[in-house]
Amino acid sequence: MSDTPRLPTEPAPGSAEAIPLAGLERSGARRALTPDEARRMAVKVHRVELAISLVLRVGVVASVLVIAVGLGLMFAHHGSWVRLGGPVSYRALTSASTAFPHSFGALGRALASGEGRGVVVLGVLILILTPVLRVAVGVISFAYEKDTPMALVTLFVLAVLVGSFFLAGA
Amino acid sequence: MTPLDFVVSLALISVAAGVLGSLVGLGGGVVIVPVLTLLYHVDIRLAIGASIVSVIATSSGAAAAYVRDRMANLRAGMFLEVATTTGALTGAYLTTLLPARFLFVFFGLILAYSSVSTFRRRHIDAPLTVSNDRIANYFNLHGSYHDLAEGREIAYKVVGTKLGLSIMYAAGLVSALLGIGSGALKVPAMDGAMHLPMKVSTATSNFMIGVTAAASAGVYFIRGQIDPIIAAPVAAGVLLGATVGARVLGRTTSKTIRILFVVVLVVISLEMLQKGFLA
Repeated sequence: MSDTPRLPTEPAPGSAEAIPLAGLERSGARRALTPDEARRMAVKVHRVELAISLVLRVGVVASVLVIAVGLGLMFAHHGSWVRLGGPVSYRALTSASTAFPHSFGALGRALASGEGRGVVVLGVLILILTPVLRVAVGVISFAYEKDTPMALVTLFVLAVLVGSFFLAGA
Repeated sequence: MTPLDFVVSLALISVAAGVLGSLVGLGGGVVIVPVLTLLYHVDIRLAIGASIVSVIATSSGAAAAYVRDRMANLRAGMFLEVATTTGALTGAYLTTLLPARFLFVFFGLILAYSSVSTFRRRHIDAPLTVSNDRIANYFNLHGSYHDLAEGREIAYKVVGTKLGLSIMYAAGLVSALLGIGSGALKVPAMDGAMHLPMKVSTATSNFMIGVTAAASAGVYFIRGQIDPIIAAPVAAGVLLGATVGARVLGRTTSKTIRILFVVVLVVISLEMLQKGFLA
């Protein structure tokens, strides 16, 4: 998007707003924040937002690139898939009995032999792991900004997510 | 139809699914599952696996922009994920205990009710300026966003976090049990119970659905429901569509988004009721 992100700016030094107040720059108050506290907090939160946005963008671009390479390999290895009126119908590849890698061992073997579908599965796994990675970056970012309540909340979410992956494997 | 035709046509449909999903805060499974099963006659198990991929793609593709532009409320989203992920984990255990037919009817009715209540709020979109909600104040879940359609910064306060958390828990539960409807409950929770502005609700729902879906995606991968030749065009198309949708949301009025959301909600609710009664 060409529109630059709008963000509450920090007051210029020397202006009336820059007078330091003993305010909060993190969560944990049992009251609503004053406008000044809220503004300084928004600046900190925006740094977390930029970090998370970056993780999401990197994950998305990486997975699209890997998936595109995988698709290219698939069609390069199977010339008949591309031919119009060719002998192969897509149905053969999307039925319940279609074989494709769905364990890490099979994925490793498919990648080692340069199979396109292995590369596609790798790209899809990168996509699946992107939200998990952004939760992890959330924990680190909130901890770095010394926002303990939010860091703990995010850590809990990460623990449940990682737990669910282990449950899936079991 | 050759595999190439399949990949190209499915990618084009997925672009549309991505645009719609990113605008209304749902994963695009509403579009992907019927298209794959009815149009391409793909096995339902593989269609559901593709729908999980589509949810994650919509979420990550749109949220990259929504979070950067502060359209999504990052703090509220991450806070509420506590309830959705816990709900999803509980749901994974309950799958075999509760009859799916009953659940489809139950949540079909709940979604029908929330589509009516969402529609009735279409004229009152004024955000709150004060909040006495102790949880919202403690975690400072309030926020503001720049509304391009109205051309001004809109600040809002959050209330009703307890009710919001409860609905989010149900949203996580239902997405684990039925595989659909997680965003459909998240948006009403934020828009109705917690008084977030409509566009912030759909953007934040978008941000959150990826995490809920990722929690169950591992299971789908191991069970062999993620077929690369289906997942590849879905992921690429939806990501492109979601990126486009994320540019459109800011410029669209809240009322338009609300009406669009209600229409999609009615469709999902009918789909659930049909599954419950006819299965």
